[in-house]
Amino acid sequence: MYSKTVMDHFKNPRNVGVINDADAVGEVGNPLCGDMMSIYLKIQDDHINDIKFQTFGCGAAIAVSSMLTEMAKGKSLDDAKKISNKDVAEALEGLPKNKLHCSNLGADALHIAIKNYEDKKAGRSTDEPKRKEKHEHTHGDSCYCPYCDAEIEEGAVFCKACQTDLKGQTKTLGEG
Amino acid sequence: MEIVNLDHMSANPLLPEVQDAMIDAIKSNYGNPSSQHRIGDRAAEALDQARDSVAGLINSSIPKEVVFTSGGTESVNHAIKGVAFARGDKGRHIVTSNIEHNAVLRSIRRLKMMDYKVTSVPVDQYGRVNPDDVAKAITDETILVSIMHSNNEIGTIQPIEEIARITREKKVLFHTDAVDSVGVVPIDVQKLGVDLLSFASNTFYGPAGVGGLYVRRGVGIWPLLDGGVQENNKRAGTENLIGIIGMGVAARLAAQDMEKRIAKAKKLREKLLRELPDYIDEYFINGHPEHTLPNLASISIKYIEGESVVLMLDEEGIAVSTRSACAAGALQASHVLLSIGRDFADAQGTMVITFGEDNREDDVDKFLKVLKSSVNTLREISPLFNKKASAA
Repeated sequence: MYSKTVMDHFKNPRNVGVINDADAVGEVGNPLCGDMMSIYLKIQDDHINDIKFQTFGCGAAIAVSSMLTEMAKGKSLDDAKKISNKDVAEALEGLPKNKLHCSNLGADALHIAIKNYEDKKAGRSTDEPKRKEKHEHTHGDSCYCPYCDAEIEEGAVFCKACQTDLKGQTKTLGEG
Repeated sequence: MEIVNLDHMSANPLLPEVQDAMIDAIKSNYGNPSSQHRIGDRAAEALDQARDSVAGLINSSIPKEVVFTSGGTESVNHAIKGVAFARGDKGRHIVTSNIEHNAVLRSIRRLKMMDYKVTSVPVDQYGRVNPDDVAKAITDETILVSIMHSNNEIGTIQPIEEIARITREKKVLFHTDAVDSVGVVPIDVQKLGVDLLSFASNTFYGPAGVGGLYVRRGVGIWPLLDGGVQENNKRAGTENLIGIIGMGVAARLAAQDMEKRIAKAKKLREKLLRELPDYIDEYFINGHPEHTLPNLASISIKYIEGESVVLMLDEEGIAVSTRSACAAGALQASHVLLSIGRDFADAQGTMVITFGEDNREDDVDKFLKVLKSSVNTLREISPLFNKKASAA
């Protein structure tokens, strides 16, 4: 199911842990997939000197976190900001379609951490960091239903093919 | 690498006797049971024999009550839609439970699009339906109650006999999805008192792609597939004779070895649950302590996600199943686990272990050892575990 690179990063994740005196922290958590990631940065001369992560999630989520930290380490903040979720998925030689969701947490956590750092430096109060949840197409231009894999329109809230409500995360059959 | 299969619910190896019977049939019994000549007669004879064995496994005294299908999913679809279509003019209300398999949930969801109404009854923390809730849910419009016999994620067995007493009294048909029960625990359709019962051959070491639907004599349901008059006019299409022959042999062996198999599975399950606290902490055992399948253990492990554990166990040659949303490909937490009160994060760390005939005690030892190291590794990575540690 997973590429060799994904399995390598899952089995031997790089840069796991916490930086106690971190200059910036970014946290993202997604209730839909149930994954969570915390990222810790040590920053010197606007460069990422050290980076560590902790992730609660599936094999893909752990591999994404690990790959992201490798890609970001040593980069200038400006370059690190350019790392997209798509870049991480590509560096992992692709992820299964239903796992693309998990790949969205890596770069988001990094970008939030950098924003926190810049806000702090500029003396701005940081808004409650929000995960972007931006939808990225890493499999061509099409968008797929996460439940039945049918092609759906961008932003669809209901899959006509499998009759699934794509808004709510859980549901049981109720009255009526 | 020697593989330890602790995921018998997903796939069972065919028993040698089943394999032999099927290979014999492939070589020598290619006939169509409907034909009016001796090639057909031979096939018809084998079909009858298989039907007798399968009827015996569920203690139906009328073998014709068994309809062969393509598996559990078709059986469930047939039972629910077949009743709904046949009785739609009498009423359009169906009662079910919150923890049914997708085959039931989605069959009913499809009927909801055709203006059928549904009431879904809750379960308690052990996953049991209260028969009183079923009684209360039944209205004058109700035509069918569908409650599973045992649950495929937590193993809980429902009070089917009690529910059947209610449905009989209220003159409503009762279907039970017994896909994970038939061939694993004793099932007696006469004692249970159900009208329809779905089951699958691969649950008891027969081939996948074959199943059965018990339809009590006198219960009229529409076919799901229209065509010929096969299967007592209930399921058109030339029979999958080779699969059915395999299912027949598997059914005979399951009936014969039932007690032995239950004793073995129970012993392994009890060993697992007894020794688990020596290896990991902070987990829940899901399901009912008594009313449970003997071969299934469901464990929700805190601070970790199930698919990661499955991958790590697989690296060591151990096969288990998880109910994490990520692994299911559905990105939805299990409705069963949420219904019994697990929160989203705990549902994510749920492993389902199902024992089978090829397991030994040292399989449990190996599983526990690898589980411990996998859980420790993943908790080291987990921010949830980290937060809890720093809060303490």
